[in-house]
Amino acid sequence: MSKLPLEGIRVVDLCVVFAGPFATWLLASMGAEVIRVDSIHHHPDQGRAFALWPTPEMLEGLGGTPLPNRKPGERPWNRHAIFNRIGWNKLSCCIDLARPQGKEVFKKLVGVSDIFIENNSAGVMERLELGYEVLTKVNPGLICMNMPSYGRTGPYKSYVGWGDNAEALAGHSWLRGYPDENHPLHNTPVFHMDSSGGVLAAFAAIMALRYRRRTGRGQWIDFAQIESVFPQLAEAFMDYTWNGRNQRTIGNRHPSAVQGCYRCRGQNRWVNITISSDEEWHGLCSAVGNAPWTNEERFSDTLSRYRSHDELDRLIEEWTSQHDNFEVFYIMQKYGVPAGPVEDQRDTHMDPNLNARGFFEVITQADVGTYRYPGFLWKMSETPCSYRLPPCRLGEHNDYVFKEVIGLSNAEIAQLEEEKIIGGERYLWA
Amino acid sequence: MIEGAFSDVRILDLTWHISGPYCTKMFADFGADVVKVEKPGAGDPARRMGPFLNDEPHPEKSAPFCHLNTNKRGITLNLKSATGKRVFKELVREVDILVESFSPGVMERLGLDYQTLKPINPKLVMTSISNFGQTGPYRDFKLSELILNGLGHEMYECGLTDRHPLKMGGNVTQYQSGLVAALATMGALWARDEQGLGQYVDVSLQETQAGDIDRKTINLLSWAYSGDVTYPRLDPTTTVRSIMPGGIFPCQDGFLLSMPILPHWPRFLDLMKQPELEKYHYPEDIVNADFKGEVDVIWYPWCTERNKRQAMEECQAVKFFGTAIQTPKDAVEDPHFNERGVWVQIEHPVAGKQIYPGAPIRMGEAPWQIRMPAPTLGQHNIEVYCDQLGYTRADVVRLRETGVI
Repeated sequence: MSKLPLEGIRVVDLCVVFAGPFATWLLASMGAEVIRVDSIHHHPDQGRAFALWPTPEMLEGLGGTPLPNRKPGERPWNRHAIFNRIGWNKLSCCIDLARPQGKEVFKKLVGVSDIFIENNSAGVMERLELGYEVLTKVNPGLICMNMPSYGRTGPYKSYVGWGDNAEALAGHSWLRGYPDENHPLHNTPVFHMDSSGGVLAAFAAIMALRYRRRTGRGQWIDFAQIESVFPQLAEAFMDYTWNGRNQRTIGNRHPSAVQGCYRCRGQNRWVNITISSDEEWHGLCSAVGNAPWTNEERFSDTLSRYRSHDELDRLIEEWTSQHDNFEVFYIMQKYGVPAGPVEDQRDTHMDPNLNARGFFEVITQADVGTYRYPGFLWKMSETPCSYRLPPCRLGEHNDYVFKEVIGLSNAEIAQLEEEKIIGGERYLWA
Repeated sequence: MIEGAFSDVRILDLTWHISGPYCTKMFADFGADVVKVEKPGAGDPARRMGPFLNDEPHPEKSAPFCHLNTNKRGITLNLKSATGKRVFKELVREVDILVESFSPGVMERLGLDYQTLKPINPKLVMTSISNFGQTGPYRDFKLSELILNGLGHEMYECGLTDRHPLKMGGNVTQYQSGLVAALATMGALWARDEQGLGQYVDVSLQETQAGDIDRKTINLLSWAYSGDVTYPRLDPTTTVRSIMPGGIFPCQDGFLLSMPILPHWPRFLDLMKQPELEKYHYPEDIVNADFKGEVDVIWYPWCTERNKRQAMEECQAVKFFGTAIQTPKDAVEDPHFNERGVWVQIEHPVAGKQIYPGAPIRMGEAPWQIRMPAPTLGQHNIEVYCDQLGYTRADVVRLRETGVI
């Protein structure tokens, strides 16, 4: 009977927001025991709940969206989608890292773990006196990964900002946006660094485990998340370094294929279509019922089509506006034309392919109830990922972590609890 | 002293274009022996991708191909021929991992699917990367970078309210999917090392995006929790949250991105050094839109009097969230990225010495390393077929003449 790949591996998780918790969730999905160290004394982190006690004003508009039924409930920090999305399959304990005894408990936990991952700003761990030099001394075999935005060396090591600030510095912002606007667009809540950083961190953690198994050596990984972006935009950077050309955005266009995002029937419904060959073009012609314009000379070969891109866009959109976007998607694919809807959340939840493949997981958590969660990103035949634990509640696994993992005695635990260095679900305003 | 975390790993790579090759590049760049199998004649279609060196289309001068295939040995092999299949099975016998990215069904029709290969190499890890997965109603559907952006709902939120949604830059989604495939393969490799078992890994590009973090899965769960569809493409200029500048502002030579939150008001005062702003107090005045004009009248000239780098440095000195919007040229010349070693020079027999993006992550041990440039088409045929598999030179000539390699 096979076990999960990372069964027996223990990860200490001090991550916040997106990239870090995603990395540790990916490791947990492959069976690692991921122990989050939450705090009971401060705003736990920007993941559990952006506001511990959201006010009615904060819940107005879309503020209430990430909460079940838009209500904070009695324990909002256990109910927030931003955390819960990556909180399942993990454990939670609470330690006050600001005080010496808390630091000692933390070090004991790190001492019996394989991997430590955190993605706070550079300097946070050092100010807590729990930087990599300290932790790798406590546990020389530790794989210690810090994931700041810009790294712990270099002119930007102390730079502050959000994901979009990093995207701007990396050059990505300049390469996305409407080409006919005379300034870059800033209207996107999505930052590629989170997607690539989280996955790469998990990959690197297992790679380091492998290296340790071969050599007995742990290591410190200074993963500047922004650096994961450059190899993924290589075309633009290399056009500069190889050819001296400083690219800017071409929006949704492609260097050689004809493609676009076309409006469909209804409110805010769109479809993406890409045509890169004569074959695909003939498919499109059939799909639109061989309308007269499909026979025009200027659309009859790939180069001519590219030169008539604007006019072709207009004609295609005239057609798609009469149709539902999923209808266009299916008709196009039937005729061998690459096409796909611009999905909203409801579309993705209802997606026939995702559902046929069992992508969504139904999970019940005591403070939330039962809901449908996005699931795993791949399928393994012998060691498939599986749901094991609901999104961990604050301090839910204190007993297990302090008694069984760290091995504190009942007396030690009592003393630490009394001084509120470790503890359960009490929230103290700092 | 081992060279690279994967110096004991052998991979047979049938992938092409972007996602698959980026997956195998992750292993190659950290030491694995990756043998890239290309179709005789044209090779990997990515050899046709620009930009080309000096805009001269040439199969050995494609910048993205050269970048995606560093550290791989390259052979040609016609999998449709009977000899080709036989030779392929000999290769499979000797490797730890096989990665392929053909449309679902192709490997089966070639008689080289996992069920056929497993008896040849029971501990084989085989990863298949496909658009929508090996099973499901969309199994035979086609994709592009733009289409992939639209799946999993994030594209819905990018762009202006009254215009069409926008994809991200370049081909980032395909690259990142390749990273996910690498992680899945890594997990299977670890399971194989620990438990001695091979297995089949099914990676669907759609699922790598639908399961991705950032707003995708968070908003998917939010919708499940509350039924709200998060606003597509809110117009930021109509939602004034603070009198501090939020968004993009012109400087002498480009643009600055400024993203403060309310408690940053004292930092903003430090930055502007304008006493007349000090009459506004946090928090009550800061959210009063009536006062925005007075701040803007100071802020806009402040930006246009500076170039973007200078504006950024002053912002960062007081911990105000401002960064320059850099162009590719800026990023390549950027002092921080250069100090961190983000750009590296690689020498290629045809493309020459050029600058490429370097390590995506700084490992403490066994770092990212370039051992070889991307292979020219069939560059390692002799090495692999003769030295490794034991064919004679005469055999290899026969294989070429009969279209097998």
